This record gives sequence, structure tokens and C-alpha cells, in this order.
Amino acid sequence: MYEFIAFYIFAIATTILFVITVMSKNVLYSMTSLAAGMVLISGFFFLLGADFLGVVQLIVYVGAVMALYAFAMMFFDATKNVKEKHQNPSLVFLLGGLMALVFVIMFSAPIIGDNIQALNPVADGVGNAQAVGMVLFTKYLVPFEVAAVMLLVAMIAGIILAGKKMDYSLTKCEAVDEEMNVELEKGEE
Amino acid sequence: METATMLPEVTAAGVIIKAVLILAVIAAIAGFGTYIERKVLAFMQRRLGPQHVGPFGLLQLAADGIKLFTKEDIIPQHANKIIFAVAPVITAATAFIALAAVPVFPDFTIPLLDIYVPSIASDVNVGILFVLGMMAAGLYGPLLAGMAQANKWGIIGSARTAIQFLSYEVVTGLSILAPIMMVGSLSFVDFNNYQADGTWIVVYQPVAFVLFLIAGYAETNRTPFDLLEHEAEIVSGYVTEYSGMRWGLFFIGEYANMITIGVIASIVFLGGYNDFWIFPGWLMIIAKIAFSFFFMLWVRAAWPHIRPDQLMWLCWKVLMPLAVVNVVITGIVMMIVG
Repeated sequence: MYEFIAFYIFAIATTILFVITVMSKNVLYSMTSLAAGMVLISGFFFLLGADFLGVVQLIVYVGAVMALYAFAMMFFDATKNVKEKHQNPSLVFLLGGLMALVFVIMFSAPIIGDNIQALNPVADGVGNAQAVGMVLFTKYLVPFEVAAVMLLVAMIAGIILAGKKMDYSLTKCEAVDEEMNVELEKGEE
Repeated sequence: METATMLPEVTAAGVIIKAVLILAVIAAIAGFGTYIERKVLAFMQRRLGPQHVGPFGLLQLAADGIKLFTKEDIIPQHANKIIFAVAPVITAATAFIALAAVPVFPDFTIPLLDIYVPSIASDVNVGILFVLGMMAAGLYGPLLAGMAQANKWGIIGSARTAIQFLSYEVVTGLSILAPIMMVGSLSFVDFNNYQADGTWIVVYQPVAFVLFLIAGYAETNRTPFDLLEHEAEIVSGYVTEYSGMRWGLFFIGEYANMITIGVIASIVFLGGYNDFWIFPGWLMIIAKIAFSFFFMLWVRAAWPHIRPDQLMWLCWKVLMPLAVVNVVITGIVMMIVG
């Protein structure tokens, strides 16, 4: 009974928050509702008894959205509304609506066809974290390792892209000083 | 020491009483903490600290409270009013939600009503991750506060929040991973029982302990890593435009987080609430939390602020490799010995 009430509260709150994320013109509102929605999604995992996944959802998305905030801070003025360019709003609406419909059909098809079965039932007498670990390192070992390698590749690529001029110091570089002086003179005029 | 088989059933009434207790006691301690902090810092810096209001300045606390409650509540004209109002609540609320999953006081039974009040309000079996995740979510408070107030210092404060979060988070997780591997569980109760024979985990994991303390101080914005509201550089950072109780909520949240870090350090590394020699467990855990609180003040008195780039250098180039090496060595030793 309580789970029922909790599920609907979480479901309604999450939907409203993500609608705000999409609809709002203010960066601050959409980022904040995105973060809040991500935190509320972990509530579903807790309701289903998957404590470990719930906590992982919490930790991962708190960090990920925090990084998004950092970009929003650099690109937008948070206190003003963003002017969005809509070239063809009806096309966007149509494509978005179609994609949502396809997803709903995809996920509801097995429920309607009553065709769901657990391929890897949770072993009895082990905690949440152990159960996830067992599945990850037996059945899903290859996807898990491939994902790890992909993340490593992404990390190395990031370091190479960001670290091109890391071997000399910007504070000691005289060219930067000249550039700054030019800018300062412009400002004085 | 409690035995797991003897515990009475946990009822809803017990949990609610526990939640109210945590809220009341920790909020009061957080207020009292400001007085202790000023006295300890004054002692270490050869000053007197608060001494005019009441005996030894003890009533300074009440005077500060009256000041906070009666101060004019100002919301700047161009600020984003909703987010501005929500931000302090996030900091305070997440700090107390985190406290729901840690054992704070010993369990007891209310005599006449026969209601059992448990030691942990909600004993989730992934307690340690839940607490760390909730404390991480608490950093949204400073971040949103800085961005909502339409003030340059505030924006710098929230940019520093993001930097600080992205720096220390990795170190906290990796440093606490080694003790988790040894115990093989994420529950605080299991950590406590693992150390029941009197050998504290800090003996096996001194490196992890030091790394966790450093990351914990960064998490609670304690002074060596006090970048968010560095008075000397950015006025007051994320709290520049806040006054009255909104400002007060940030500080209640910060002190509650300091206590949470103290509880985690005590239970994970320092033997938890086990009996020690002739001292009962509840006294030991309070003594450990109090010492860890005092240690934070000591660190604040002893070290100067550091710059944001120094924090990033410290976390990513020094602490993170150390934590990874520590985890690898722990794994190899466990494989050979166990």
C-alpha cells in the first residue's frame, strides 16, 4: 500500500520535473529540475529493493549533473532567459512525439504480451552489491570489460585533447602578457 | 554491546522518535559547535574568544541565535527568487538525511511506553554509500546559491563548488574502498562488528584513513579547503547575498556534515561503538566523534587556505594515485593472506 502511494508520488514528481527541464527557458530552472529528477529516480530503485543501484544512481548523477552545471555557468547567464532558435517547431514536435511513442511501444510490448522472465534470478542470501557483482562478473563480463576499455579510451583522448600545451606555463609566457596588455588598453579607451 | 539476536522489533513510532531526536540534538550541537569553534580557535591563537555574554561567553550562542532570527531577510532584486530560497534548504536537508543512515546515539527503550528507539533511523544495507551520496548532493546548496544570487562573487563561489566536488569525490570513494574490501560489506553495523575484537581498521589502513580525512575536510568546506567562501579573496563566495536564517541554514548544514564525517571516521576506521577497556561503547563513540570534531578545529587553526588549482593538484595528482595504489596493495595482500 505504502509502496503504491510512494510510487505514484515519485512518478508524478519525476515527470513534472523532467517536463520543466525540457520546457523551461531558464538554464538554472532546467538544470535544477534535471538534478532533482535524477535524485528522485533513485527512489524507484529503493522501492524495488535495489538499494545498491539506487545509491549508484544518486552518486553518479549528482556528479554528472554537477559537471553540466559547470558548463552552463560558462556558457549562459543564469539569471536571464535563453533565447532559443526554433526553425521548425512543428517538425521538432512531430519527431519528438514519434520517438516517445516508439519507446513506449518498445517497453510496453513484453508487458502486454506477458512475456517477461528473469534470466538471472538473484541468488538467495546475498546482499544487493554482491548480487550485482555476481551478474557483472559472470554473464555480463564481456560487455563490462568492453565498457571499461571504452571509458579508458575516452579518458586518454580527453587528456590528449586538453593537454596539448601543458608543458609550458601560461603565467611565465610573455606572449600572453602582451595579449593582456592589448586588451587592457582597449578597455581604457 | 548489543547483540543482533536480542534486539526488539523496530516500530514506526521508534523511527519517528529517533528522527526527531537526531534533528533536535544535532541542530543544537551544530549551534553549540560555533561556540566551541570560536573558543578553541581563540585558545590556539592566544586570544580570548567570546567572553562578555554570560559566564565564559556561553550565552553568546543565544545572542547569535536572536540576531539570526530577527535579521532582515533580503532577496536581491535580480536574483532568481525560487532557487535562492531553495538552496539553503538543500544543504540543511541533505545533511540531516545523511544522518538518517548512520548510528548516532546508542539504542534505548522508553520505559513507560515501551517503545524501542533504534540506534540507526534507517538501517539500509548500503549505508556507507548512501551517506556519501547524500553528502555529495548537499553541495548543490552552495552551487545553486551562488548561481541564483546575480552576484559575481557568488558565481565564483559556485564555480569553485563544482571544482571542489569534482576533485575530492574520487578520493573519498577510493579511500573508503580499501576498508570496504576488508570488511566485505557496506553496512555500518558490519564495520562495527568487524572491529569488535579491539583491533581498529586504522591499524591496517593508515593511508586510507589520512586520505579519507583530507577528502572529508574538503567535503565539509573546512579551512584548508575553504574555497567556497574564502573571505580574503571572494568576499563570502556563495553566501555573499544571504542574511538571517537563510545564512544560518547553510551553517547548520555544514556543522551537521562535520558531525557526519566524524561518525563515519569513528565507525569505519576507529573501532566504532565497541566497548574499550572499562569504557562502555556509547561513551567511546561520543568521545571519538568529539575528538574528530576537535581535530577539524585544530586543522583549521594550524593551516592556511589553499588555492583552487592547488586543491585540484593535490586531489588528482597526489591523493588519487595514492588511493589507487592503496586499493591494489590491499587486494594483493587479501589474496595472499585470506
